[in-house]
Amino acid sequence: MEMDVVYQKSAGLEDVEFHYCPGCTHGIIHKLIAEVLVELDLIGDTIGVAPVGCAVFAYDYFTCDMHEAAHGRAPAVATGIKRALPDKTVFTYQGDGDLAAIGTAEIVHAAMRGEKITTIFVNNTNYGMTGGQMAPTTLIGQKVTTAPLGRSKEHYGSPIKVSEMLATIEGAAYIERVSVHNMAGIIRAKKAIKKAFQLQQEGAGFTLIEVLSTCPTNWGLTPNDALNWLQDNMIPVFPLGVYRDITAEDK
Amino acid sequence: MKGKVEFRSDWCKGCELCIPVCPVDIIFIDESVTNSKGYHPATVSEMEKCIGCANCGRICPDSIITVWREKRVKKAEK
Repeated sequence: MEMDVVYQKSAGLEDVEFHYCPGCTHGIIHKLIAEVLVELDLIGDTIGVAPVGCAVFAYDYFTCDMHEAAHGRAPAVATGIKRALPDKTVFTYQGDGDLAAIGTAEIVHAAMRGEKITTIFVNNTNYGMTGGQMAPTTLIGQKVTTAPLGRSKEHYGSPIKVSEMLATIEGAAYIERVSVHNMAGIIRAKKAIKKAFQLQQEGAGFTLIEVLSTCPTNWGLTPNDALNWLQDNMIPVFPLGVYRDITAEDK
Repeated sequence: MKGKVEFRSDWCKGCELCIPVCPVDIIFIDESVTNSKGYHPATVSEMEKCIGCANCGRICPDSIITVWREKRVKKAEK
């Protein structure tokens, strides 16, 4: 019986091993981006900007050109690349410690200027690479190494909601929050990433897809339990959905 | 056999994400094997049950799974 290959590692990813912990959903998000860039035939014309954090080696994993940025400054670097090479597709890949803490000014102002870049924002509610410290996105009550009794609202405030915040900015063309905790979520996340890159092609403005992600190692859970923890604890605080879509307003 | 999967076992980290998404429940962790990374890799028990849905491939964070499905034969060729 003849058989067709229906799924294999994307041509948008290098044939190298990922350094990520077992079950970390960074790997799923990487391949969604790679698959979308291949499907849109953009992989040869794309420049990605890697962050500081767990995804710092992202430049080794994608087959497109990649650049590294100082902590939180990926949107500023991407701005320069896109303005110098406006025909290229430019994206940043940033975690919550990178984008929502040290890089908050860069992301807000890149959105305000309506930079025609796409940001993939990976939210796993902690600083993963450095050992699970509290991030601005850490949930109330969530135990992290720098808040061993759990984040208290009184001391540290409430988690920052990046998609909701950026959706108030006029320069933003498309903002959606997705999750990769199950098959339906993975399919939805891929569609969202595809839409963001298509809108960038059309010159619509700034696009950001926030992807809820797991951190099994620092959460102290097995990878499958971490997916369930994400569903039960993160989604109620960070509801999934489209937060801004200027193409919908046109209709 | 409707489908077939192949795992690149030496790159498997034994995270088990592929196990619950398999609709025919044929993936398991082979504890008799330890790969060069030091993990027990995921493997398939009864390949003839595989339907080639590619759920395991899509969720695998390390992209080590390749999935095949039976070629669809057009009615005229039957």
